[in-house]
Order: sequence, then structure tokens, then C-alpha cells
Amino acid sequence: MLEINNLHASVVDIEDSQILNGIDLKIGKGEVHAIMGPNGSGKSTLANVLMGRPDYEVTDGDVTFDNESILELRADQRAHLGMFLAFQYPAEIPGVRPWQFLKAALDSKAEARGEEKMSVRNFSKLFDEKVEAVGINPTLVKRSLNEGFSGGEKKRNEMLQLEVLQPSLAILDETDSGLDVDALRIVAEGVNSMRSPERSFIVVTHYQRLLNYIEPDVVHILVKGKIVKTGGPELALEVEKDGYKEYLDAAAAGANA
Amino acid sequence: MTLASPPAAVEKFSAAYKSHAADSASSPEWLKSRRQQAWSTFSELGLPTKRRGNELWKYTNLQPLAAADFEYGVTGSVTLDQIKAAGPWDDAWNTVVVVDGNFHAELSNLHGTAGLTAGSLAEAIAEGTGNIEQQLGSLAGSEEYAFTALSTAFIDDGAYVAVADGTELGQPVQVIFVTSDNAASRASYPRLLVDTGANSSVVLIETYVNLADSAQFSAPVVEVFAGEGSSVHHYRVQMENESSFHLGTTRVAQLGNTDFTSTSFAVGASIARNDIHTLLDAPGATCTLHGLYMTNGDQQQDQEISTTHAKPGCTSDQFYKGILSGKSTAVFSGKVIVERDAQKSEAGQKDLNLLLSRGAEIYAKPSLEIYADDVVAAHGATAGHVDRDTLFYLQSRGVDEEAAKAILVRGFAEEMLNEFKPEALNEFVEKITDERIPILLAESDTIGTA
Repeated sequence: MLEINNLHASVVDIEDSQILNGIDLKIGKGEVHAIMGPNGSGKSTLANVLMGRPDYEVTDGDVTFDNESILELRADQRAHLGMFLAFQYPAEIPGVRPWQFLKAALDSKAEARGEEKMSVRNFSKLFDEKVEAVGINPTLVKRSLNEGFSGGEKKRNEMLQLEVLQPSLAILDETDSGLDVDALRIVAEGVNSMRSPERSFIVVTHYQRLLNYIEPDVVHILVKGKIVKTGGPELALEVEKDGYKEYLDAAAAGANA
Repeated sequence: MTLASPPAAVEKFSAAYKSHAADSASSPEWLKSRRQQAWSTFSELGLPTKRRGNELWKYTNLQPLAAADFEYGVTGSVTLDQIKAAGPWDDAWNTVVVVDGNFHAELSNLHGTAGLTAGSLAEAIAEGTGNIEQQLGSLAGSEEYAFTALSTAFIDDGAYVAVADGTELGQPVQVIFVTSDNAASRASYPRLLVDTGANSSVVLIETYVNLADSAQFSAPVVEVFAGEGSSVHHYRVQMENESSFHLGTTRVAQLGNTDFTSTSFAVGASIARNDIHTLLDAPGATCTLHGLYMTNGDQQQDQEISTTHAKPGCTSDQFYKGILSGKSTAVFSGKVIVERDAQKSEAGQKDLNLLLSRGAEIYAKPSLEIYADDVVAAHGATAGHVDRDTLFYLQSRGVDEEAAKAILVRGFAEEMLNEFKPEALNEFVEKITDERIPILLAESDTIGTA
């Protein structure tokens, strides 16, 4: 489904700002991959580069989604293909209600794919169902998008969007940061209920904690913009126990060699 | 006052004043003397200029107005369909139609609602209706302000609205000032006097539409006398054409326990000013002055908002939002004066702006002058733009760039649009905003930058 080959990326307009230093990764249909790494390893950058954030530029390598390169596509076009990014810090947007915004998102997608737009009535029904499923306070979604939401409410709202948009690849960028255990469980339940043979996930996280609730098929350790180790769920537990020191030391030794 | 030369542009109004005075020889004496007094005030003041120390006009250049020529008293014809297409309309409302300064009964939609007097100002003057002799020109006209002086010098017709004691009107009253489609550039002085009785309540919509293509000069003056315990919810909709000058003044006197709100929607004119002053003249009065302004091209849109707390225990709230694009300029000049006796006053001031282009300029000057010591007051102003992160957030959900920008700009306006409560009015301001946003975005160059 998603293939990343030798991906190099840096911050736009800043010299010597390379963050991703040659990433190779293959994610098959229905798989859940966790990407773990210490602060500054580039894991959030990877999530954002995959979605096409204009702050980064790809300097080498390629990313294909269903065998088509996506690097030339804008974020909205990637979304239309079925990609989704749950943000670490979702933007607060005054005056824009989640309902209205998600309807616009679905309409854009339908238009781009030459499909018929969903009627307001059907969309309302879908939206109400998902609000209930995600367990988000219905009065919140009548308010401005994320404005005045708590950290947990924002993440729950990301899950609501995930549920409504039904992407085929969802990237979760440190969705666990700032969440208490209850909120974490709700996010995990949302993700687990959406796991299917047709849908893949990339779960970016610093801590193993989230992976207690969302069990990954594959775990990658990212250090200094490169994947240094790949394994099963047991790898996450090792990191939880021993930390990233071993990998950081190895990377430092490699840099000095 | 000695002047080396006559103040700017006084001469061009002079002939019109003389012929108007001759035409209105049959007016009551009190009105004639009020006009004369106002004319002599204007003759001394002239049109405001940007000269040093003239704080009110520091950021607003009236040179294009001073340089233009306007005819006075030229009228054109208008159909009801044209009016309905140009402004908000609801058959259930009582609507007073004033075309080129004159009341038109045949275009107005008046239901004879009990407790409401709504119609021609000229008629009210001739009949000495209510308190008109004491009121007309007493709030606006006695002050040293060129545009109220000019308007008062030309008082003739316009609209008069009075609500009897204890009358609570279920439907809004609209006064719609129409500039007819006539090639001539004209000066007009739309006038509205509102007198609300004790414990009455009214929703009042004041609308300006312009059917002409040429530059027009309009200096409307509205005086509101809010009686004890009355509630007045006022809306002001300014839709002049893009080459016109609109210098509007609203003066409000509030008695005890009155609740006055005014919400402005200002999108039109080349140079426009919404100058409103409320005087909280008895304990327990509350005033809420809100508004939305949108500018593009080389438009100039001023909000000159002031409130005087003269007595204790009053509350005021000023909150305006602006969306600016192109090379346009907007001014928010908010002032709250809390006099020495006005203890336990509460005052808030806020002006938030969305700048869509590098060429657009906002001069926001919230100010508080507090002479009492037991006061709660807060003020603030911001100018921001739509940043790249916010835009990316929407795009990552599949909304294309243009649609995302429109959603964000509309979102900024939303809370103000929601304040326009009457349904037909709400639909109207939403429609105009939705039409205006693509025009603003076409002149935008900062949206989605870092």
C-alpha cells in the first residue's frame, strides 16, 4: 500500500536542515506499523512529510501509495487517495464547526474522484453516528473546531474525523501525547475498531504505552532520521525497559567513525 | 476663529445650502434656526483634513471627497423590486423606505402596528410629533463635528420612528435609505430620529443601499433617544457602491436601565465611517456595540466607536472584527470615557482583524479614559493572518486550498454574523459575506504563509 524508498527530507529554505536521512519502509494492506524514537529523531517529520506538509521538502527518494508516487501531490490530493494524518497539535479554528468542515472535506473528495456528493441528510446521519461512536460530547462538535477543547477532546475530535473520512491509511502523529489513561484508551478503541484488512496504520509514538492498547504488527526504531531496527511488538517493550540510549550511542559512534 | 482661506470645500456646499434654505421657508422657526446654527458651525469647521493634531482624521484622507463635486436635491426613481434585491427584506417587518433623502409611502411596507409611529421625518416635523422639537438635532448637530453640522444644516426629510411606552414590537422595523440610479454625483443627508418610550422594545434595522454606479456622498445622521427601561436592538447595514463616500453618525442617549445594542455590517463605499457614540446617562444602562467590516481594493473603512459612562452602574461592550485585503485601510478607534461619578462601571473593548494581504493596513486604537476609581475595564486589539499550519490542517482532510481559505475567512466572520438575529437579515449578511470572500481572497497574498 505505502512504500517509502530512500526518503531524504529537510526544512524548506533552511540550509543543512536535513531531518530524514534515507528511510526505507513498506506497509502492506491491513498492517499496523509503530514508529518509535527519541525526541528529535524525525518521527513527526516523517508523518508530516508523508501527508505533504509544505514546511518540508523532499531532497531524495520516493514515496508511493498504491504504486503511484505521491510526492508531487498536495495534501488535499493525498487525502483524496485515502491518506489521513491525525495531528499531534490539531489547529484551533474559530468559527468553523466540525460538521461543516467534514462535509466540505467529503464533498471535495467526492468531487475529486468524480463521485456523487453525500446529501446533507445522509451526512448528518453518518456524523451523528460517529459522534456517538467516538464518545465526543455532542455540544462540543457544535462549537468551533478545537477552539477551547482540552487536549483529550482535540484527540477525540481527530478520531471523529478519522471515523467520518474512513481513510485507507491513517498516520497517527504522537496522538498519545498529553493524554491521560482514559483518553488514551478511547483513542485506542477508536483505532482498533477501525482496523480492517483494507486499512493500514502508522502509529508514531515516543512511548510504548499507546502500544499496550493498539498492538502493532511491526515496530520500527527511528534514530537521527534513519530506521535503525525493525521487529515485532516485543521491540517496543525492550525500548520501554532500556530506553533509546543504545541506539543513540550506536548512531553517535557511526557518525564519529 | 481666523482662517487664511475658507476651509476646504465649504464653498461647494454653500450654494446648495442657500437654495435649500430658500426652498424650506415654510419650516418651523426652531428648525430654521437649528439649520442656520449648524451651517455656521460647518462654515467654520470645513471638511476635516489630516492636519496635525486632528486625531479623528489622522488615518483617513478625505482629499478625494474634498476634490469631488456633488449636486444636491437631484432625485431618481426606484422600484420596490430593486430595493428588495439590494437589501434585506421581510414582508413581516415594518419597513420605511427613504429614496434620495425623501420618504416614499408607496414603497414603504407599514402595517399600522399598534404603538409604533414610523414614517416621514418631514411629516413628523410639520406636525410636531412627540418630542421632535426637543430631540431633532439635539444629540447630533450641537457638537463641533463637520458631518453632523452639515447634515443638520440640510435637515428636511428622512425617517421618524417612535415606539409608545410599554410597547414591545414582535417584528423588526427597518429604515432603508436608497440612493437611486442616477448618473449625477449627489450629496445626500439621510436622517433618522428614533424615540423609544419607557419599557418599550424594538429591533431596528438601518440599511443603506446604493443603486447608482457613480460616486455619491452621503452623510447620514441617526439620533436615538432610548426611554427609561427600553430595549433597542439596532443593526446597521452599509452597502454603498465602491466609489461612494459614506460618513455616518449615530448618537444615542440612554436613560436608566436601558439596553441598547448596535451591530454594524460595513462592506461598502470607497471611504466609509461608522461613527457611533452612546451616552450612558442613568444608572443601569447597558450598551453593546459590535460590528464586522470587510475591505478590499483601496477602500477605507473607519469605526469611530465611543461610549461615555456618565452615571454609576452601567456596562458597555465594544467588539469589532475586520477582514482586510488588497491595499485597503481600516481604522478602529474605540473610546470609553468613565466619568468621575460613574462608579461600578464595566467596560470592554476589543478589535480583532484578519489581514489577508501585505498591502492592507489596520490602525486599531482602543482607548480608555477613566476618572472613576471603582471600574472594571479591559481592552485589546489584534491583527493576524491565516497561517500555514491552519491551512495545512484543513487541506490534510481533503479540502482544497481555495475552499480551505474561504472556510477560514468565513469562520473568522462567523461569530459576528451570528449576531444578526432577524432571519432575513441574517441570511442577507451571510449571502453578502459569501459573495465578498472570493473577492477578498483574489487580492490576498499572506494567507497560508508562515
